[in-house]
Amino acid sequence: MNRKNKFKRKTLPALAMAGPVSLWMILFVTLPMLYIIYISFMSRGVFGDVVYNFSWDSYKTLLDTTYYKVIVKSIRAAAITTVLCLIIGYPFAYYIAKKPKEVASKLIMLIMIPFWTNSLMRLNSWLLLFQTSGPINRFLQNTGFIDAPINFVYTDGLVMLGLITSMLPFAVLPMYSSIEKLSKSLLEASADLGASRRTTFLRITLPLTFPGIFSSIILVFIPSLGIYTVTDMLGGGKVLYIGNIIKNQFGAIRNWPLGAALSVLLIVITGLLIFIYTRFAKIEDMEVL
Amino acid sequence: MSDSIVTLIDVEKSFGKNKVVKKMNIEIKEGEFLTLLGPSGCGKTTTLRMIAGFEEASSGIIMVQGESIEDKEPFEREVNTVFQNYALFPHMSVFDNIGYALKIRKKPKNEITKRVNEMLDLIQLKGYENRKPDALSGGQKQRVAIARALINNPKVLLLDEPLGALDLKLRKQMQVELKRLQKKLGITFIYVTHDQEEALTMSDRIAIMNEGVIEQLATPSEIYDRPITKFVAGFIGESNIFDGKVIEVHDEILVIENSAGTIMAKGSGFKVGEIVHVSIRPEYVKVSIDPVEGFNLKGTVRDFLYMGTVVNTVIDLKDNTEIKYSRFEKDDDFKERDSVNIYWNPEKAVVIKYKK
Repeated sequence: MNRKNKFKRKTLPALAMAGPVSLWMILFVTLPMLYIIYISFMSRGVFGDVVYNFSWDSYKTLLDTTYYKVIVKSIRAAAITTVLCLIIGYPFAYYIAKKPKEVASKLIMLIMIPFWTNSLMRLNSWLLLFQTSGPINRFLQNTGFIDAPINFVYTDGLVMLGLITSMLPFAVLPMYSSIEKLSKSLLEASADLGASRRTTFLRITLPLTFPGIFSSIILVFIPSLGIYTVTDMLGGGKVLYIGNIIKNQFGAIRNWPLGAALSVLLIVITGLLIFIYTRFAKIEDMEVL
Repeated sequence: MSDSIVTLIDVEKSFGKNKVVKKMNIEIKEGEFLTLLGPSGCGKTTTLRMIAGFEEASSGIIMVQGESIEDKEPFEREVNTVFQNYALFPHMSVFDNIGYALKIRKKPKNEITKRVNEMLDLIQLKGYENRKPDALSGGQKQRVAIARALINNPKVLLLDEPLGALDLKLRKQMQVELKRLQKKLGITFIYVTHDQEEALTMSDRIAIMNEGVIEQLATPSEIYDRPITKFVAGFIGESNIFDGKVIEVHDEILVIENSAGTIMAKGSGFKVGEIVHVSIRPEYVKVSIDPVEGFNLKGTVRDFLYMGTVVNTVIDLKDNTEIKYSRFEKDDDFKERDSVNIYWNPEKAVVIKYKK
């Protein structure tokens, strides 16, 4: 009787509220992920099918110099993107957070607009801007800075530019929210106790906004590592990153186990970062993520 | 000037079109406990923040120890602040919070430890040095905030409603502690509050502010007994305020008439025929069945309110106004709807310049 009541009072509402989401997550996140892990330990058939017997082959392939180089290069590109997004994003987030509420919300809107624009359109316009006969090259030539057009298109540099512009909103927003939460009186207290602006920033502002910074790192690093639209379009297939390879393995090349192994690698990196984050940040700080 | 530690000369502050502090002049003496008291929005916190350096005065001069400090940043001023919400650094322990001022001055470790321990002794929080502010009660946070502000031996401590967030009992206890601390250290305290009782019990002098102006600057007893403006009379304690016309002047005792009757009160510098306010505290009001010489103020007892030691009584006057009157229980014996004569010792009633 008692147990039945308890079920009615506590378990039923919990199931009703968390049930659908849990079911959704299990069906569409956990199961596919398990399937990917499973596939990654299989091998490729001659016709691009998956042969269901256990092997480490895909993981061994990852250690091949070609793949290994791409992995390292991707991680490095994602890391550079993250660092640059932080360097550009933090002062900007700080600036917005110190503005009155109405102005701040308008500035936030400005960040969100490119974010809402279709990314293919945005990337294509980058290509048009930077192509050899594009306005940037023409401007540089007409002003006499260069003699011959520079080839920007399909270079690592343009890919980087694309990554940074795509990721910047993800960097700014969490940092903004944690800087905005920072009480002004803490900064005043620090100044009152004799700290210069620099000291206050290093000892108070930076440590207290660290959860926001780390959220930004995760939100920028993880997608930059896996994203393939940017690298595909701005790199033009010449510049290869993990995302492109995964896409190719599952698509044209039809080597599902290798694609799956690369995906597992991405998942592991992501999991590792989130694990570090939960170690550093307290629960209440995580709302910014 | 020599014994005044903080001096404000014609200090003004505007936020946009809104003038928050107007032509403020005040001299704060060394070792004094001075309270800025007033309703919210009267400019008291802004004044404090200008002394601390968080707000820039729109005009006027602020001097600390005879030296003008407008050009000094907050971190260059020899004043420290205790903030309303404590403003403890949440990521630092109690020890690091208190030692912050020394640490950023790159003092040697053993000196910091020694000073912080002295401070912990002073605020009686030994053993709490490793706790984070989150793990402290409101009263403990307050003490840490005070210790943190005192560690540099400031000449002046600014306190912005420091007890505002504490419950009544703790507040009373902290009032006593703060006062004791101030006496012990001999530091000038400039204290902002809207709590008149707090101001009366703790201060050496009180500056009552209203709409950016100091209405009166005096000792607590002077403020209570001899308010010089209608605002002060009404803001501090309970007061009955009559408007009337002076009809006779006998030295410092004036006879004043209004639509409810004739009363006497003390005041100087007033002329016959002048319109004035008269303030009389409920506890000084007396009541008798028989008429009293010099007074012609009749009323009907309306309500009693037993408050334990005293009984608050409201008496209706003939011009539809009322007078509040408090007495010790069983001092006199009235019933509701009794007709009575009201009087008081004329010395206890204050005549105040008329202001609409």
